[in-house]
Amino acid sequence: MTSNEVKDLILEIIADIDEDAEFDDLQADQPLRDQLDLDSMDFLDIVMELRKRHQLQIPEEDYPQLATLNSCVNYLGPLLKNA
Amino acid sequence: MDNLHKRVVITGIGLAAPNADNIKDFREKLLRGESNIREIDLRYFGKAPAGICTFPETRYRKKKENKRGTRAGCLGVYCAHEAMNNANLALDYYDKSRIGVYIGLTEHGTVETENEIYNISQYGYNTDYWTHHHNPRTVLNNPAGEITMSLGITGPHYSIGAACAAGNASLIQGAQMLRLGEVDMALVGGISESTGSFGIFASFKAQGALGSAPDPRQACRPFDLSRNGIVVSEGACIYVLEILENALERNAQIYGEIAGYAMNSDANDFVLPLGERQAECMMLALQRAKMSPRDIDIISTHATGTPQGDIEECKAIRQVFNDSPTTYINNTKSIIGHAMGAAGVLELAGNLPSFQDNKVHPTINVRTLDPECSLKNLVLDVPLQLDSISTILNNSFGMVGINSTVIVKKYSS
Repeated sequence: MTSNEVKDLILEIIADIDEDAEFDDLQADQPLRDQLDLDSMDFLDIVMELRKRHQLQIPEEDYPQLATLNSCVNYLGPLLKNA
Repeated sequence: MDNLHKRVVITGIGLAAPNADNIKDFREKLLRGESNIREIDLRYFGKAPAGICTFPETRYRKKKENKRGTRAGCLGVYCAHEAMNNANLALDYYDKSRIGVYIGLTEHGTVETENEIYNISQYGYNTDYWTHHHNPRTVLNNPAGEITMSLGITGPHYSIGAACAAGNASLIQGAQMLRLGEVDMALVGGISESTGSFGIFASFKAQGALGSAPDPRQACRPFDLSRNGIVVSEGACIYVLEILENALERNAQIYGEIAGYAMNSDANDFVLPLGERQAECMMLALQRAKMSPRDIDIISTHATGTPQGDIEECKAIRQVFNDSPTTYINNTKSIIGHAMGAAGVLELAGNLPSFQDNKVHPTINVRTLDPECSLKNLVLDVPLQLDSISTILNNSFGMVGINSTVIVKKYSS
């Protein structure tokens, strides 16, 4: 997966969680939580969807790595390089 | 006057039934005998007649919140807001820490559990794929809690588990909490999302108690000789309950006053009802309301369309009312099916407008009246216009032997 594909994957998952989410002004280096009004349950949804779609088991201590779109790319990129 | 003797009134109604999403339309559909029971297709089970509610699900809550919560929560949030609006009550009129939310449920969590087991079946039954939403969705207070979150109510909330007597039971609970001075206003009612559970349909079928007919609208036919069981319906109905003097102070419309109620137990059988205890329940409610059987204008029956259940209730009514010439009898399930935990409050809500229009809405689908159910003054097929209606006795009974009767009277100073 390229960096853009990882970003698209995350946004696709968030769109499934919240159909009304607006991505137009999303800053890739800013926390997703603040920009999209996400809470801890939403992040657990993201973790679950990554597990379902790509069999990724993300340990709890790594959850902060999913804070921004950029950190998602940095963290998930290597894990999904063959996806 | 001390709290325990304060008069409690119904001042707002929000509802979602298979044939309507507000009290006005509901009344009109009931008077016309307009059913919206249709065939649904359930996972594993297949096709069955059922009542499904159509209502504006995102009027009071975002899609995202509906997705996170339960169908029962979604129904409850809609009905609670509608009840507040219907009561013309601003959210800040009462101290939110002094509002109680008491919701009657026949069951809860069955749908969510079935869905989750199906979900993990797609992943080799690996529980790593079990959702973190499962527990908050299936705790028994879920629908009531979702209502408090949506309305910002910080007073008590909990569910009343009373099988299909749960709607009446929540109404009783709310009246009691108001009289005890525990709360100043109560949202009470019942909710059922049971149509999402194949297990509930399969269990009724295994019991020989699932209704059917070539036309799904005729599948629920209490008192008919050919009746063959229950039609499971989704539904919800929530009332605003207030102390009379508070309601008068704000010039609230008053749908009716809680005149008496009773609950008891058969202590007899897991599923079979017992007319003798049902009669005792009705008599106790009458006694508490200081009324005689002849004072009751409408009996809103519980009858679900099962062969034995209907007969037991008819026996009980005959025993108590002894063919009272001034008491008329109807059955709302014949039109909307059995909304389980919501049944009692929906059926009562459907009858409450009779205090204004003096009409008794009919029981439909009776082609050949079962002689064992041929009660005097059973209103069939078309509404009955009376000179005046001022009392309703509402029966709701449930499995494992639970009975409830609520008597509501027209408000009069």
